[in-house]
Amino acid sequence: MPNRLETYFARLERTRVWKSIFRSGTGSSTLHNALAIQQNLFLHLFSTKVRKRMVSLSATWYLGTLTLGTFFILVGTGVVLMLYYHPSVPQAYSDVKDLRFVVSSGLFLRNLHRWSAHAMVFLAFAHMFRVFYRGAYRAPREFNWVVGVILLLVTLLLSYTGYLLPWDQLAFWAITVGTNISSAVPLVGDKIRFLLLGGHQVNANALLRFYVLHTVILPLSAVLFLAVHFWRIRKDGGLYVRQSEPGNAENPAQPASEEKKQS
Amino acid sequence: MTPPRDFTAEVGSDMRVSQRRVLFVTRRTSSQVRAYEEERVQTFPEVLIRALLAVECLFLGLVLMSLFFNAPLEGIANPTNTPNPAKAPWYFLGLQEMLHYFPPVVAGVIIPGLLVVSLIVIPYFDINIEAQGLFLKNRTQRLRWSMILSVALIVFLAVFDVYVALVPTAIVALFLLLAAFSSPQSPSRFRSYLAQRPVSWWIMTWFLFQLIVLTAVGTFFRGPGWSWVLPWRS
Repeated sequence: MPNRLETYFARLERTRVWKSIFRSGTGSSTLHNALAIQQNLFLHLFSTKVRKRMVSLSATWYLGTLTLGTFFILVGTGVVLMLYYHPSVPQAYSDVKDLRFVVSSGLFLRNLHRWSAHAMVFLAFAHMFRVFYRGAYRAPREFNWVVGVILLLVTLLLSYTGYLLPWDQLAFWAITVGTNISSAVPLVGDKIRFLLLGGHQVNANALLRFYVLHTVILPLSAVLFLAVHFWRIRKDGGLYVRQSEPGNAENPAQPASEEKKQS
Repeated sequence: MTPPRDFTAEVGSDMRVSQRRVLFVTRRTSSQVRAYEEERVQTFPEVLIRALLAVECLFLGLVLMSLFFNAPLEGIANPTNTPNPAKAPWYFLGLQEMLHYFPPVVAGVIIPGLLVVSLIVIPYFDINIEAQGLFLKNRTQRLRWSMILSVALIVFLAVFDVYVALVPTAIVALFLLLAAFSSPQSPSRFRSYLAQRPVSWWIMTWFLFQLIVLTAVGTFFRGPGWSWVLPWRS
């Protein structure tokens, strides 16, 4: 069966349509594999090669990749959830109730969205601390660290704006506690709060604003900064590798002592 | 050092050549190229497949979790009925814990503002770029300053009754003290490790420790009126 599948795939790759879409051509040489990355709008953000020791689990724990993974899960489940949800009071609450009791797999969808959201916040924090403890934020990667901090804030805001949408007691009071803090900002505090909520308290206007933030503005900014974040990995010389870390047996990385001799 | 080689590349070639950065040092008699080979793998397919597998495992875990645990849903929002305690999402509970001790301007604006600013400026601090151990140079002076800062922080937290943040600070201060009296050659691997930690490591570890403790306390140990409760006795 796999052989047959491979033949079909090989035949597909030779068709004119396939060739018109994927310009890298067929074959599996190093060049073709490199072109598969470089000639692709989305994949060209990444470099065509990665240091072998950075691919191992112990080097990164794949925390950044996993954070991106949760983001994809959240976009997927989120779009489907949007089909069943009206951002209005009290319809929002009954929609979430319907997801639980009426819509087929609705309960599962909402669970997956909720747990993935928590996982994304956790993984983003874990990724940040891991990068810090490896020292991977140092020059020339300073700016990518800053982009990462922005992405962490976007993640927190995404999670926080989503918190209001079920319009239950938990949501209402968590947002009330949070937005009350913003009114503590000197001079413009109340104005910021009014801008966030579209009123003086958490009400239907606030729900609509949080919905727009949660489903349009924040995901779009996340995508934008994610693109910069990945592109900068390539531009900054690939994943950070410590000089002191052992290279592979054949070609050991330069020992630290030799570095000192040179300077 | 291996002598530089001529590069050849042809279309369809299977050659594995790594790009090299050539650095010319001006006002010197010679230029130096630090050339060392590092084994690399192709992003497509090797790395992408590994990434896909990692995400797949995560997805599996989240699916299983979603099958067995339901997302919370309480009664419809009611502005006239305040639950006690009204808690923010878990990642903000550290800040809410601070809100319990300090006025909203401090806990809600200054502390998070400072946190974000300090996170952003981390890579732009050029001090101690070699990440040398904190006490390996100017030991007495550095020990004096780190202890003055720690004690000042502990006294400050004690004045405001913030014992939840005081305990982690005191623990980190104790380890600082241990590090000051350890050397990298110490037979104990732990003490040798501590002695080699730079100042940035100490600050970040203190922050991480606080974050974990405050979030855990806010999540599990706070009940009505933000009073101390034990989660296993509810």
